[in-house]
Amino acid sequence: MENEQVLLEVKGLQKFFPIRKGFWQRVVGQVRAVDCIDFHVYKGETFGIVGESGCGKTTASRCIVRALQPTAGEIQFRTDDGAMIDVANLSRDKLQPLRRQMQMIFQDPFSSLNPRMTLFDIIGEPLLVNGMADRGKRIERVEELLGLVGLRPEFLQRFPHAFSGGQRQRIGIARALALNPSLIVADEPVSALDVSVQAQILNLLLELQGRLGLTYLFVAHDLSVVKHICDRVAVMYVGRVVETAETQQLFESPKHPYTEALLSAVPQPDPSLRSQRIILEGEVADPANPPSGCYFHPRCRYAVDLCREQTPELEEVSPGHAVSCHRALELELSGTLDAPVPQTAHS
Amino acid sequence: MQDDRQPILSVRNLKTSFFTDEGIVRAVDGASFDVHLGQTLGIVGESGCGKSVTALSILGIVPRPGRIVEGDILLRREPEDGQAHEIALTSLGDSSSEMRSIRGAEIALVFQEPMTSLSPVHTIGNQIIGAARLHRKLSKQEASELAVELLSLVGIPRAEAAIDSYPFQLSGGLRQRALIALALSCDPRLLIADEPTTALDVTTQAQILDLLRSLQEQNGMAIMLITHDMGVIAEMADQVVVMYLGRVVEEGPVDTVFGESKHPYTQSLLRSIPSIHSTPKVQLPTITGTIPHPYNRPAGCPFHPRCPDVIPGVCDKHEPELQSVGDEHLVSCFLYHPVPETSP
Repeated sequence: MENEQVLLEVKGLQKFFPIRKGFWQRVVGQVRAVDCIDFHVYKGETFGIVGESGCGKTTASRCIVRALQPTAGEIQFRTDDGAMIDVANLSRDKLQPLRRQMQMIFQDPFSSLNPRMTLFDIIGEPLLVNGMADRGKRIERVEELLGLVGLRPEFLQRFPHAFSGGQRQRIGIARALALNPSLIVADEPVSALDVSVQAQILNLLLELQGRLGLTYLFVAHDLSVVKHICDRVAVMYVGRVVETAETQQLFESPKHPYTEALLSAVPQPDPSLRSQRIILEGEVADPANPPSGCYFHPRCRYAVDLCREQTPELEEVSPGHAVSCHRALELELSGTLDAPVPQTAHS
Repeated sequence: MQDDRQPILSVRNLKTSFFTDEGIVRAVDGASFDVHLGQTLGIVGESGCGKSVTALSILGIVPRPGRIVEGDILLRREPEDGQAHEIALTSLGDSSSEMRSIRGAEIALVFQEPMTSLSPVHTIGNQIIGAARLHRKLSKQEASELAVELLSLVGIPRAEAAIDSYPFQLSGGLRQRALIALALSCDPRLLIADEPTTALDVTTQAQILDLLRSLQEQNGMAIMLITHDMGVIAEMADQVVVMYLGRVVEEGPVDTVFGESKHPYTQSLLRSIPSIHSTPKVQLPTITGTIPHPYNRPAGCPFHPRCPDVIPGVCDKHEPELQSVGDEHLVSCFLYHPVPETSP
C-alpha cells in the first residue's frame, strides 16, 4: 500500500444553521458554523483541527461522520475496498455500511456512556447492530477490546458509574474500536480529564494507532496536546480554515496572525518562559454576522485596508502549508520553538 | 518564620470534612499556607485534591454536610491605630454579621463558571450596585457610577450600555470580566479566583490573566489562584501550593517548584504534561493508577500507591509532615525527612 494515500478529502464543506424568529418561525438569518472548508487526511496519520469555541471544529467533525447533514460540499471517504465515496450526499441506507468504518470518541466520558448499560452492552452494541448475533462471539470480542484499551475483562458486567473519568474514556475508545474502523473522529477526547490521566489516554491513542494503523481526526483546543499527537494541523477561525500545515512547520513558523496569537496565548508549565503574550483585543466574531473581508481583521495587529474589503483565499505558501491571509508572504511571525527545550530532566 | 511583611491571610492545619451517609470524606486534610498582599498564591492540583473546598472554607461557605473540623484561618487587618490585628475566621459563625461583612468586601471570590454564578434575572449593573451598596455607604447614583467605572476597568466595551445587559447577552469572556468587576466592587484585599479561566478559550484566557495581573499591579491586592492548569500557575503565581487528596505535598516559590520540584507527585505531574516544546509522538511519562476515591483514601502518604519512589513499610504506614527542604521550599515526603520513630 502506498504511504501517502488520502483517506478523507473534504471539499467546500458548509454547514449553516438557520436562525428562526417569530410565530411562523421564519428563517431570518444563517449561522455560518462551517463556511467552506477544505482539507484532506492521509491514511494512518493524525490530523488535528484546532480553534476556539464556536469556530466550527466540532460541527465540521460531526458533518464528516454524518451526525449532521452538511449544507453543501463534498466529503470523499476511501472505503475499505479502496473506492472513494462522497459521504455528504449519500442516502441513509447507503450510509449504514460506511458508518462502521468511521467512529467517534466523545469529549465527556460521563454523558457519553449510558448509565443503565453494562460495559458488555455498551461495547457490544455496535457489534449487535452490525450483525454479530452470537453472544459468545460478542463476549469474546468485547473482552479482547477491553484488553486492548487496558481494562480488565472481568469488568464486563459492571456499569459505567464504577469507573473513573480516564477509565470511562477507555470504554468509549473500546466502543469506537469495536467494528475495526479505519477513521476515528476524536472530538476533544482528553479535555475533560485530569492531566495525569490525560497523559495515559494520549499514550493509549498513540499506541493503538501504531498497532491498528488507525487514522485520527483529532479535534481539540489544547495546542500542547495537538502538538504532541498530530502530524498535520488545520487552524479554524469563525467557520473557516485559516491555516493548515505540518505540525512542526505550523508551530515553528506560523503564517497567519491568528495562529501566532493562539500559539502565544498558551500558558507553558515553565515560569522561565513567561513570555511576551500577544493579547488579542475584542471578541471572536459572530458567525451569524461575520465582519467584512477577512473575518479576523478586527482583531488583527497587521490588518490593512485590503483585509477589510476582500476575503482572502486559502493559498499554499510552501508545499503542504496553506494560509488564508493577504499578507502571509510579507509578515514575519514568531512561532514557539525559539525558546529552549529543557524540561523532562529526569534526575 | 520571621517575615517583615506579614501575610494577610494565614491558613494553619485546615481540615474540612464532609459527613455523608456513606462515610467521612476528608476533602481538606491539614492544609497550611500564607497569602501576602500584592502577591499571587497559586493552588494547583487535580480534581478531588481539595483546592476548591479550601477556598470555600476560607469564606465560610462550605456546603452541608461539610464543615471545618480543625485548624485556623487568620485574616490580618490593616493597622488602624498602629496595631495590626488578626481575626480568626474559623471562630466566626458562617452567617454571623461579621463574617458577612468580610465575605465579598475584604475577601471576594471569582468562580469558574460565570454563567451559573451570576444571577440570570438581574442586569449586570444591578448585581454590582447591589453588592457595592451592601458593603459600602453609597447612594444609588454613586453606586451606578462605580459600576460603570468597574466595567470599563475590566475591559468591557461600552460600559454605560453594558450595565443594563443580562448575563446571557454577554459572551463567556465578557461574563467572566463582569464577574471580576462584581468581585472588585468592594475593593477586596484578597481575591480568590477558583479556576477563573477554565471555561474560557486560550486567547480569552490570556486576556483575563492579563487583566488580573494589571489589576493586582494597580491596587496591590492579594490573589489566591486555584487551578488545575500548571501552565496558568507558571504564568501567574509567585508562590505555589501543590495539593493531592486534601494535603499540601509541596509548597514554594514558583521557580523552585517548577525548576527543582522535590515531591514525586509534582515531578510526575510536570513530566506528564505534553508541552509545545517537548518531542511529539513519544509516550508521555504517566502516573500509574488513578486518583483514589475519597471514601478509600490510602493509609500513610496519600500518594504512595501511585508513587514511583515509594519506600515500602514507611510510606504506607506513616503520614509525612510538610517540612522545609530549602529556602521557603516545603515538601511532605519521606525521601527528604526522617521517618518518625514511634509508630502512630
